Amino acid sequence: MSLFLRDYLNVVWFGLAAIVLASLLLGIAAAIRPSRPNAQKLIAYESGVDPVGMGWSQSQVRYYVFALLFVIFDVEAVFIFPWAASIERYGAFGLVVMLLFIFLLLDGLFYAWKRGLLRWV
Amino acid sequence: MSALLAVEIPYWGQSLLRVLGGIVAVLLPAGTIVYLFLFKMMSFMQSRLGPMEAGPFGSMQLFAEVGKWLQKEDIVPAEADARIYKLAPIIVLLSTFLLVVVVPFGPDAYFVDFSAGVFYALAIGSVSVIGILVAGWSSANKYSLLGGLRAAGQLIAYELPMVLAVVGVVIQAGSMNLQDIVVAQNSGSIFGWDGVGFPFVLTQFVGFLVFMIAVQAELTQVPFDMPIAESELVSGYMTEYSGFRFLIFFIGEFATAGVFAFIASVLFLGGWGVPFSWFGWEGLDDVDNWMNIGGPLIMFTKMLVLTGIIMWVRFSYPRFREDQLQRFAWKVLIPISLANIALTAIVKVAV
Repeated sequence: MSLFLRDYLNVVWFGLAAIVLASLLLGIAAAIRPSRPNAQKLIAYESGVDPVGMGWSQSQVRYYVFALLFVIFDVEAVFIFPWAASIERYGAFGLVVMLLFIFLLLDGLFYAWKRGLLRWV
Repeated sequence: MSALLAVEIPYWGQSLLRVLGGIVAVLLPAGTIVYLFLFKMMSFMQSRLGPMEAGPFGSMQLFAEVGKWLQKEDIVPAEADARIYKLAPIIVLLSTFLLVVVVPFGPDAYFVDFSAGVFYALAIGSVSVIGILVAGWSSANKYSLLGGLRAAGQLIAYELPMVLAVVGVVIQAGSMNLQDIVVAQNSGSIFGWDGVGFPFVLTQFVGFLVFMIAVQAELTQVPFDMPIAESELVSGYMTEYSGFRFLIFFIGEFATAGVFAFIASVLFLGGWGVPFSWFGWEGLDDVDNWMNIGGPLIMFTKMLVLTGIIMWVRFSYPRFREDQLQRFAWKVLIPISLANIALTAIVKVAV
């Protein structure tokens, strides 16, 4: 196995450790805690008032635009990081190109701003 | 890690040691933060003493709390999506464990030395959103759902300033490896004077501020605690959770605070290192072995200072409204951090 994959194997061990630790603690808790469910207890808690309708009621999702903008800017970050790590190799040319790139994205942000998409209505 | 120990350890032994170290690196900061800041500092700021009964000055209170939570009944609402509901706290804890993997604690005391560590940290840092969203959705409670959606919106908005603030550090260090970033800070010099090395907080102060604000928001600590606003949403996505599952959310929150503080101190405050000029070290290979013991202590101290600031802000400020919160991220922090990148790059190329 290559060294690169071996590094990521460690990540898998850490993930398993988290799951094992949580399961272990929850197992201990399950062994010693009481369990006396009744119908009243199992109603969703909404400040003492009986819930009206379903819990999965429709609500206004205001930030789908924000989510779209987020994807755009996150992709931008993916492009910026490799350049940032080897900025000296690309020199002035890379700088100009990257500033242009950042400027275009900033322009996009200002466009969204101007259109009122960043307003929380 | 093998350079530290003279004996050869088989692979499974190394992995076990790493994982045990990881558990300590997650739980120890969490416990310290909760006791020192949440129990004691908050109490003193509110003119009370805090827990005093369990152990001297209530120092055993944490263990008493765990014992208490272990005995609490675990209620799963009848309407809830039970399987996913039970999974959600584990996802949150998982993201913390995956995040601590990347933090270097000394010249050889690291778990994994990724060549693109910054990338990894920022990518894994947002996994906890999934856990929170899942918790909010599966509870089948209107408050939980609102809290989960708010959390998702907030974490998305503050993820970007955080990512962009780090770019300045990467530009200055010329590397995405966290070990390289530590070395670059400690072997650097300020106009030829190398007494304190060159911590990036000096030149990247704007980036540091943006990063810490974003961390505050990512952790949903108080000025940014819209997702769990207790006066509006009971407890947001955690409303339905009780017993030990709630405690796992709670541990996850403060463990993540500790790990983010670790990462911030690596990126901006020089990490585990002492200025290399003090001992005449040239690079990573010259660093003495005792730094593998000293490094974690230095990291722990820096982590306490940073989380102290996070908690101080938490106990001092009122909550932002949802629209103010989004406006602040998109219209203030992102333009500032983009300008910071441009300025840093220009200076770096020109000098």
